[in-house]
Amino acid sequence: MNRLKKYLGIVWILLAMAVSYYFIGIFGSKLTSGRQEDLVFGIIIFFILLPLIVTGLLIFGWYALTDEYKD
Amino acid sequence: MSSKSTKGIWKVITASSLGTMIEWYDFYIFGSLAVVLSTKFFPTDNPAAAFLSTLATFAAGFVVRPFGALFFGRLGDLIGRKYTFMVTLLIMGGATFLIGCIPSYQTIGFWAPLLVLILRLLQGLALGGEYGGAATYVAEHAPKHQKGYWTSWIQTTATAGLFVSLMVILLTKGILSKEAFEEWGWRVPFWISIFMVIVSYVIRKNMQESPVFAKAKSEGKTSVNPIKESFNNRYNLKFVLLALFGATMGQGVVWYTGQFYAMSFMKTVQNIDSSQVDTLLGISLLIGTPFFVVFGWLSDKVGRKAIMMTGLLLAVFLYRPIYRQMYTLTDAKAMKSGGNPIVIEGSKIVSSPLATVQTEVSKTDRLIRNAKILIVTKSDTLFSSGALFHYTKTDTIYLEKELSYDTRKNATNEIWLKYELKDGSGALVSHKVKLKNNLREGATPAKVDTIQAVFSAQFSAGKTANLSSENRTGARANITVLKNIAGDVKWYLILLVFVQVLFVTMVYGPIAAFLVEMFPVKIRYTSMSLPYHVGNGIFGGLLPAISTYFVTTAKSAGNPEFYLEGLWYPIGIAAVSFIIGMIYIDRKIITLHD
Repeated sequence: MNRLKKYLGIVWILLAMAVSYYFIGIFGSKLTSGRQEDLVFGIIIFFILLPLIVTGLLIFGWYALTDEYKD
Repeated sequence: MSSKSTKGIWKVITASSLGTMIEWYDFYIFGSLAVVLSTKFFPTDNPAAAFLSTLATFAAGFVVRPFGALFFGRLGDLIGRKYTFMVTLLIMGGATFLIGCIPSYQTIGFWAPLLVLILRLLQGLALGGEYGGAATYVAEHAPKHQKGYWTSWIQTTATAGLFVSLMVILLTKGILSKEAFEEWGWRVPFWISIFMVIVSYVIRKNMQESPVFAKAKSEGKTSVNPIKESFNNRYNLKFVLLALFGATMGQGVVWYTGQFYAMSFMKTVQNIDSSQVDTLLGISLLIGTPFFVVFGWLSDKVGRKAIMMTGLLLAVFLYRPIYRQMYTLTDAKAMKSGGNPIVIEGSKIVSSPLATVQTEVSKTDRLIRNAKILIVTKSDTLFSSGALFHYTKTDTIYLEKELSYDTRKNATNEIWLKYELKDGSGALVSHKVKLKNNLREGATPAKVDTIQAVFSAQFSAGKTANLSSENRTGARANITVLKNIAGDVKWYLILLVFVQVLFVTMVYGPIAAFLVEMFPVKIRYTSMSLPYHVGNGIFGGLLPAISTYFVTTAKSAGNPEFYLEGLWYPIGIAAVSFIIGMIYIDRKIITLHD
């Protein structure tokens, strides 16, 4: 189990990168559509949700990789 | 446990739960009345006000919650749980009451939306501080092996708050006329809050500080800088991250899907009458709420992780079948073809289509600007099952020119209508129709009644160019169907929503005890509040907006199952949370700090 916890750390780091790529692809147009609702939505996605997911998953993955969650 | 200590903890539960329930009530009343609030405070013809509207209704309340968690969590770990969550109660109650007192945009202009936004921010901050305090306070009074059971009472408060808010609105609407409710009656649910807050404040005021915290404080073992100790310490931060990604993130999306997305889905995708949705949801919540306590109690026996992870897994696999079934239940095509076994096939038109002409401006508005003229066609279809669908088709025609009156001599005053129709290839083509010209010099500007009369006369006489019956059918009409569900279908729908509420109770019932047990006393309030409010406020709170985006995108792309696309967000988040929780959450964590 400890080995699984450790190597899944790589998956979480890769997931963080995939999420940022996916979000930019899907929601990127929101920031430039010129519509008021889209702008607020885009700001919240890119400046709150995305940094939270990416930073959090990167740190979580790193901790897993460095055996912080080892039993 | 002795009867004396049980009595003592019931006092703690009552004082904490009542206040927390009121805070949830205050928070949700704003969302439930968002449509009325937008007409009073956020006129769409003012871009800045519209921007504030989007911020206030969509983002502010949710996004600010983690900041409230940090601010009040720190206070709670420094000066005590009791005083901190009394402050949050007063802030929340005061902000809610004041929202009900703000004069409308017509009276005080731009100040109105600005004040609403500020008060909504205060609501979010207060909520961010309240929950962690109440959960910690109760848990620190509860016996070691019964924390799941006792804290589960706090867990019922969010759903109870939503239920009470729906009932207060329904009751106010029922007592007052429609006009009175829209004029001033919408303020009543906000005003009621202040009475509930006063009662709750008096009860809480007489409570003692948490014994665990009081002991730590007397021994000088409280934290000097809880935020630094919580998030700048590798040992604690790894648990904060684990709590977020392995539990609260998934719990947040399950909570918002089971209650808010279900409500939004029934109203906007299934087009069920809004009041009926409130009633259906209210019944489901009422039946489901006791299960918070059941699963909280069970988590003391079999462990928090097993129950929460089962709830996440069920949500991941059953959301799509549940929502597919919900959609089919009210799908007119399926009902007519007899494709759904629950609905008896067959329908009849109970009222013939009837067209009326109306304008979207007040009759007292003498200078009409940017007026819309709506041709509304209505008809009703009654299904054998008892379900009644009201079809409303609205063709919208816009006034091209302001109706301000030019009083110069020989000036020509004209009324033009502009509208769009689809041509044979489906492309939109703009048209203009001159309705009236050469208004008399010195006459007063045209009133709404005049425009309606002119348009109706020309429309009836077939004089409005390019508005033949055939063309109107092809115009870009806004067709809405409002459904009233009856009989077995209604109860089946309640069952499907109840199953989702059951998932909510599984993931949410044990989570307060789970979070409290994860962190040590001196930084507990801060450390547990942040992942909770990030998971619920950010991941959960943004769910309706993100899921609606997926639905509308899929609908535009012609996806026949567009209505299920919004579920990918909660399913994806819950699945990741389940995997992380299953692998990384260890039962031993809960014993680390006891």
